Amino acid sequence: MNSKRKLVSMAIGLALSAGLAGPGYAAEETYIPLISKGFQHQFWQAVKAGAEQAGKDYKVKVTFEGPETEAMVDKQIDMLSAALAKKPKAIGFAALDSKAAIPLLKKAQAAKIPVVAFDSGVDSDIPVTTATTDNLAAAGLAADKMAELIGKAGEVAVVVHDQTSRTGIDRRDGFLNRMKSTYPNIKVVSVQYGGGDQLKSTEITKSILQANPNIKGIFGGNEGSAIGVLNGAKEMKRKIVIIGYDSGKQQKAAIADGSMAGAITQNPVGIGYKTVEAAVKALKGEKLPKIIDTGFFWYDKTNIKDPKIAAVLYD
Amino acid sequence: MSAYQRLKASFFSPSTRQKLLAFGSLVGLMIFFSMASPSFMQADNMVGILQATAVNGVLAIASTFVIITGGIDLSVGTLMTFCAVMAGVFLTYWGLPFYVGVAAAIFFGAFSGFVSGVLIAKLKIPPFIATLGMMLLLKGLSLVISGTKPIYFNDTPEFPSISQDSLIGYFLPDLPIPNAVLILFVVAVLSSLVLNKTVLGSYTFALGSNEEAVRLSGVNVDRWKIIIYSLGGAICGIAGLLIASRLNSAQPALGQGYELDAIAAVVIGGTSLSGGAGTILGTIIGAFIMSVLTNGLRIMSVAQEWQTVVTGVIIILAVYADILRKRK
Repeated sequence: MNSKRKLVSMAIGLALSAGLAGPGYAAEETYIPLISKGFQHQFWQAVKAGAEQAGKDYKVKVTFEGPETEAMVDKQIDMLSAALAKKPKAIGFAALDSKAAIPLLKKAQAAKIPVVAFDSGVDSDIPVTTATTDNLAAAGLAADKMAELIGKAGEVAVVVHDQTSRTGIDRRDGFLNRMKSTYPNIKVVSVQYGGGDQLKSTEITKSILQANPNIKGIFGGNEGSAIGVLNGAKEMKRKIVIIGYDSGKQQKAAIADGSMAGAITQNPVGIGYKTVEAAVKALKGEKLPKIIDTGFFWYDKTNIKDPKIAAVLYD
Repeated sequence: MSAYQRLKASFFSPSTRQKLLAFGSLVGLMIFFSMASPSFMQADNMVGILQATAVNGVLAIASTFVIITGGIDLSVGTLMTFCAVMAGVFLTYWGLPFYVGVAAAIFFGAFSGFVSGVLIAKLKIPPFIATLGMMLLLKGLSLVISGTKPIYFNDTPEFPSISQDSLIGYFLPDLPIPNAVLILFVVAVLSSLVLNKTVLGSYTFALGSNEEAVRLSGVNVDRWKIIIYSLGGAICGIAGLLIASRLNSAQPALGQGYELDAIAAVVIGGTSLSGGAGTILGTIIGAFIMSVLTNGLRIMSVAQEWQTVVTGVIIILAVYADILRKRK
């Protein structure tokens, strides 16, 4: 009973001290947390690696966090809230839903913590800059390569992760717009969404192939979609031109053995690096452009071993 | 028995001991994190933890009722989302007044709970499967109704205030505790009263201890079961309002996985998965243990993959401690 009383009184003491202890703590070293849209995918791990490299180069402390799935908007908000509680000097943020994060971003702004948006960015004028891939232009390049490989005529299809995220919309539209404007003899017969899930994208691909016997090529809009397209074509034993997006072990292997014609790679390491670099520059008071293009590349069998390309690919 | 003796007896009852054990773990965690990082025990961060507990806490209360009957409700997470989407339909699509949207969310929650209850009680589908089906059905419906896009509450300026404003802060400016937390505590107190002071509460425990005996004593077991699942559903509707208000939007893709966090909170709080025993206070403490743990590990900048490992270990330890206590 005594020990229980002690527990209770300790708890009360703790609760009181929680109420009384005002903000007074400030970290000595410059601390910059990055809150991303995910963390388990290899893509995000590459962003993380880039951010950590920049942390080393600029001698700042960097942490990297993101929710388990891109649906968990509230979990990401909690992460942002915990990051702000650590009194960082600056924050890197890739919003799952920009509008949901506005109250916290305003808090950061009021506390004079610069916010650097990265990847899909933040739909608001609070961030000092956005480090991102130009997905429209990148998907346009995928369309050019597709046209070249199928002889600028015939039927093609698109499998993208979703129609709600910025990257999903931009990659779909980048591909479709280029086909429409430049290649009148190419017909896009189907645009489907597989949630970036390999299995779902496989099933989708099989049904596209089933319905369109004359199809010449399919563009897979992210890692999961591309692998799905690859598996679908394999299961149906159909020889088509497959163009992917991003990298990963399977996609790299497929490109090396020729079952995938090639893919667009973003520069995830660069996204992470440029985000931290921009945060450091913002802290020094340097002026930053509104958008920092982190670049993209086409890679296929011929240049996959090129050191410049190999550096931005991940397993 | 004098009042004092009764108090003493209740203090030594196993359920009180369980609560103290859970409460002790919570306090222990908080002491540990305060020592590990000076950023933890800050007013801002405490408010953050309270805010982060609100939704899971309310879902866990809903689950507590069902779990005490010996059932399980896997649909609480996606039901929450469905209710949020329905609030969006009433307020944003149809432009109806604020209170109609609130009522709609709670009504659709209760209605879905009612459907689960009928599936379980009348069609004799096991709760695990019936609510698994409802989980998927509601997830799908949320996506269909919203057209897979978030519904924003920009035309209902009162809506964000459900979660984000602070009524307590209005009266006591030094305590800016968001309304979501206030709602969590109100729901907890009311649920505790229902569970301990009403016939509904007595039947909830009785169903979990020995359903057959209750049936043989002439009670309409099916009806009470349906009522309990409906009540759980209505509480999920409140959770839906809290999350939608916090995000100022109904996010249709969210929700799956939240049922497991809720069940973990219930079990850490000492409610038995085999039914017949449990308390709302325990569940609330369980929910706080989960969010203090998540927040503290984040504040300590523990690598994210390790955060997950630690959370898993703590859940196992908490339940094992409960088993040890019961064996004694």
